[in-house]
Amino acid sequence: MSTTNSSTMALREWLVSERPLSRWQASLGRFYVKWRDFAANKLAMVGLFIIISLLFIACFADLLATHSPVVGDLKSARLLPPSPEYWFGTDDLGRDIYSRVIYGSRITLFVVVLVALTAAPIGLVIGTLAGYSAGWIDAVLMRITDIFLAFPKLVLALAFVAALGPGIENAVLAIAITSWPPYARLARAETLAVRNFDYIKAVELIGASPFRIVLRHIMPMCLSSLIVRVTLDMAGIILTAAGLGFVGLGAQPPLPEWGAMIASGRRFILDQWWVAAAPGLAILIVSLGFNLLGDGLRDALDPRSSDQ
Amino acid sequence: MESPGPATPRNESRGIDASALLAFAIRFIGVAAATYLGLLAVTFFIGRVIPIDPVLAVLGDRAPASVVERTRREMGLDLPLVQQFYLYLKSVLAGDFGRSVLTTNPVMDDIRRVFPATIELATLGTLIGSVLGIPLGVLAAVKRNSIADQIVRVVGLIGYSVPIFWLGLLSLLLFYAKLQWVGFPGRIDVAYEYSFVPLTGFYLVDAAAQRQWEVFYDVLRHILLPASLLGYVSLAYVSRMTRSFVLNELTQEYIVAARAKGLSEARIIWRHALRNAAVPLVTVVALSYAGLLEGSVLTETVFSWPGIGLYITNSLQNADMNAVLGGTVVIGSVFIAINLISDLLYRLLDPRTNAQ
Repeated sequence: MSTTNSSTMALREWLVSERPLSRWQASLGRFYVKWRDFAANKLAMVGLFIIISLLFIACFADLLATHSPVVGDLKSARLLPPSPEYWFGTDDLGRDIYSRVIYGSRITLFVVVLVALTAAPIGLVIGTLAGYSAGWIDAVLMRITDIFLAFPKLVLALAFVAALGPGIENAVLAIAITSWPPYARLARAETLAVRNFDYIKAVELIGASPFRIVLRHIMPMCLSSLIVRVTLDMAGIILTAAGLGFVGLGAQPPLPEWGAMIASGRRFILDQWWVAAAPGLAILIVSLGFNLLGDGLRDALDPRSSDQ
Repeated sequence: MESPGPATPRNESRGIDASALLAFAIRFIGVAAATYLGLLAVTFFIGRVIPIDPVLAVLGDRAPASVVERTRREMGLDLPLVQQFYLYLKSVLAGDFGRSVLTTNPVMDDIRRVFPATIELATLGTLIGSVLGIPLGVLAAVKRNSIADQIVRVVGLIGYSVPIFWLGLLSLLLFYAKLQWVGFPGRIDVAYEYSFVPLTGFYLVDAAAQRQWEVFYDVLRHILLPASLLGYVSLAYVSRMTRSFVLNELTQEYIVAARAKGLSEARIIWRHALRNAAVPLVTVVALSYAGLLEGSVLTETVFSWPGIGLYITNSLQNADMNAVLGGTVVIGSVFIAINLISDLLYRLLDPRTNAQ
């Protein structure tokens, strides 16, 4: 007992050491300190738990689901209330809603990850480029960003999907097109903050190309605030995707997308409320998880803006 | 903007003010024009460039070749893209979005008919959100880290996270089907629909002006639930921002000075701190209003509220692109206008920014 105690003590000592012996120790130590701040925030831990559960459910949907998400029992299981056989009830095509909600987590993750992987890099490139190059490039890029920032996102996404045709990929594209501007603004602000630092001057003197400076020395500095912002935006992305699904423009049947499931439950809301209840609750919990996680990350990574 | 300070030593302050103001006005108009041009460019792109064949979208695939060719020319699709964009700009600026396939009316007439319903809903929603959200935000800031603060925070976070159309459905189930407190669907009961003659299109105002209190009560019963839902979304945003603004003010030195003078805590908070927080709050309320105008799209669908949101979603489901794009341009224009005005208000109200 005492040996494990002393060894954890030693580990902690090693982590918070003022004189790290290697780069690896330093970054691990920094991570440990941030993690300690983050873990002290109970709500943030709840958020983290929700998101990890989401990942877990999406990974093991095949094992967790009790029925097929797309093929129902039309003959004897239409619109059944929740029961031991069908935990969340069944929908109008006799499909098990619990299994559909479980599989729906994959679609939600797909949307969120894809939007984050497209919108954030676009914003990062535009923002760092504008911030580092200054002058007319900066003016033009930021003008375009501001114009996009002033657009109504949901309505524009609706119009985009209407033109592109309904479907989950087009919904992702439409959301990504309308959600990059805040990242560009953020990346530019971070770039302006670091571009006059001595280490940038040093790599400029060594003769690094502007491309290399932006890619290797400026972009990494933008990452932490960008990650926080993306996490906070996840809830909005999920809600927009669900909204597109709700008006029939997102994932198409028979895909178990949560927004579309609510739409199909709309007709039965007065008598068979469970058809719409479960998928909506799933959206609420996951968005809440991302919001709590994002709040916690911001407080831990960026103490300046906490309480905002 | 740089001011030509040293060049005009005499009459100094007035000269700088006027030229700075002029520069600001020119810049503002330039920004507004660029933003609107951007909106029209994007909607043009959506309507004319993305669809593989816009003629096909209008006529369907069974039209004879001669009709297709004629329509193509009528729509100006044989012209260069730049010229097409110019024609599009001209027609939009004249308020012409073409005809709706679904209603066969000019889209602009349809929008004029449905827009008041959306404005009425969003306005009431913003009112509810601000009237409740600002005091809650102040409370959370003053009693920081207390139970009250935590509750306001969680209520706000749920407001940020809940799909509003789902909450709308559940509230219909509770307040309409079970408790029968509210009216549904639409803005007014069928019993009054033909006897009541709206003048402005804002039914609450119309009913009150005509002293038809029975109708007023019925309209109120219909609008209260959707407006409360939008109000909740607005409350989530407004209370969070109010909390952060007031917290920021409470750390300032003038608050310490006011305390040292022995002013009551209530006076310090409501008269001193909130007054300084009011300037950014105006922006927040304006932005939340713009957000509700947009957010009403989904809410209107749930409540069968005959506003521009329902108009857009109905048109979407019938592939009526003229109507969808017309609605997008109108909502986008109002959205941008509110953004610009709130920016302007911020600069005018805050003495520190002084038309820079």
